[in-house]
Amino acid sequence: MKGPRDKRMTIDEVVATLEDGMTIGIGGWGPRRKPMALVRAIYRSDLKDLTLVSWGGADVGLLTRAGKVRKLVYAFVSLDSIPLEPNFQRARQNGTIPEVVELDEGMFNTGLQAAAQRLPFLPMRAGLGSDVLVHNPWIKTVTSPYAAPDGQGGHVHEELVAVPALRLDVALVHMNRADAHGNATYLGPDPYFDDLFCMAADRAYVSCEQVVDTAGLTHETPVQRLLLSRMMVSGVVETPNGAHFTTCTPDYERDEAFQRAYAGAAGGSDEDWQAFHDRFLAGDEAAYQAAVEAFRAEKQAEKEAAK
Amino acid sequence: MSTETVTRADVCAAAIADACKDDGEIIASPMGMLPMLGVRLARLTSNPDLVISDGESLFLAGTPPLFAKADKVEGWIPFRRVFDVVAYGKRHVMMGATQIDRFGNQNISAIGDFAQPKRQLLGSRGAPGNTVNNRTSYWVPKHNPRVFVEAVDIVSGVGPTRAAEAGPAASRFNDIHRVVSDLAVLDVNGPDRTLRLLSVHPGVTVDQVLEASGCAIHVDGSHEDVPETRTPTTQELLVIREVLDPKGLRFKEVPVPKESA
Repeated sequence: MKGPRDKRMTIDEVVATLEDGMTIGIGGWGPRRKPMALVRAIYRSDLKDLTLVSWGGADVGLLTRAGKVRKLVYAFVSLDSIPLEPNFQRARQNGTIPEVVELDEGMFNTGLQAAAQRLPFLPMRAGLGSDVLVHNPWIKTVTSPYAAPDGQGGHVHEELVAVPALRLDVALVHMNRADAHGNATYLGPDPYFDDLFCMAADRAYVSCEQVVDTAGLTHETPVQRLLLSRMMVSGVVETPNGAHFTTCTPDYERDEAFQRAYAGAAGGSDEDWQAFHDRFLAGDEAAYQAAVEAFRAEKQAEKEAAK
Repeated sequence: MSTETVTRADVCAAAIADACKDDGEIIASPMGMLPMLGVRLARLTSNPDLVISDGESLFLAGTPPLFAKADKVEGWIPFRRVFDVVAYGKRHVMMGATQIDRFGNQNISAIGDFAQPKRQLLGSRGAPGNTVNNRTSYWVPKHNPRVFVEAVDIVSGVGPTRAAEAGPAASRFNDIHRVVSDLAVLDVNGPDRTLRLLSVHPGVTVDQVLEASGCAIHVDGSHEDVPETRTPTTQELLVIREVLDPKGLRFKEVPVPKESA
């Protein structure tokens, strides 16, 4: 008897499938449920010239700081409790990202939808009249073949934005639980757009807090939380605490103290960043998690001492 | 509760609530603390039909204090559904504005040249889509000439003139409703759809507003004709102080002037 194949992989095996110049979509939203273990692995890899497509948070910050990004497609980059991402700000202000495509959030969503539906574009209003179309002259408009009332008794063929498909080579997403075949659930408040990222990509890799057996996915969890089907997924990686320092509700919330340390280093001197890199990012994922544990203990001791 | 103790923050909250009072049964999406306070004030007074969210993923059935956890929930609004509602149109968003110009265009993207900005901000977020799809207002906590400018560096939010130039698909649902600042309330119904002063907050003169603006602002009639922004009613003050913001978080955004504190 045969069953669906086992797609479990290691972090390094996923990164080994990536190539210079690829277009990589990163799931989650800002500082929420980001596949950070995979992002960190790209950060320390020798990959280069990547195109990133992301609802940006520290994923964009880390990879721009590491000089991995040739082109960035985004609508915002934010850490939320720290509104402006210092590494992204620095990269933009120093002009070190060769190509940037800043879209409206809704356009970004529509672009993923178009890619997921294998369409060249989808029409929408967002972008009309704004500088998104001025800074991206390659984004065209399309005239509706249907007449709409113009509000003055006549008719008009509306000219809408033809939002281009955001087709991805690879999607990376992080979920709460997955089985070995790639079915996966989110247990937090919001699915974000992780299913769309997977469907917009030629290959999708899912990192998760825990790999469980298939029946376990719906044990005490409504079936509606199964966001990803294995048909959308090429590989599964178990990376406990792998979204750190972003949220992975209900497994854990954002590590605000760590985020402050990250942002402080990112916005500080080159030495500050080097020290942060040496302490947290120079080693593999296990080394990162151990360093985070030590950081936590240090913060706890500081708190105790302040009492 | 005497009116002498009414603070500028209270006046701003009531002005924001007034911006939502005729919205009917739509979702109000406030960005920032005072907008959240004003929207919830409207929900508890002038427009109980207003739909509000926790800013994350839930429609709130109750009207909890600022940043309190939802007590009762009446729906689910994950980020993907926000885009559906934007296009559906039953939404009034109140955004911030790092810059806003005479023609009601807004910038939250970056300051300076887009190719290599002097200061990178958030990015355009949902501003382009919001402004051509649903009612949009702006909240400016510090009215000054760096915010109110002749022309924004980057057009994120689209004002009525830019929308008209982009054609009927852009102007059809463009609805820039109010600009509320810590000094005044404005709209975009001046000549050629430019900024117009609707009222000045108690203790503020028209000249002060004009001096604090880096672009021309239209005034209907003479300066004396510009009304004062209304002060909140006793009931509203009670709701603000006892229910929605007992900790006085609003003063972090609009501080009480030192001499009157």
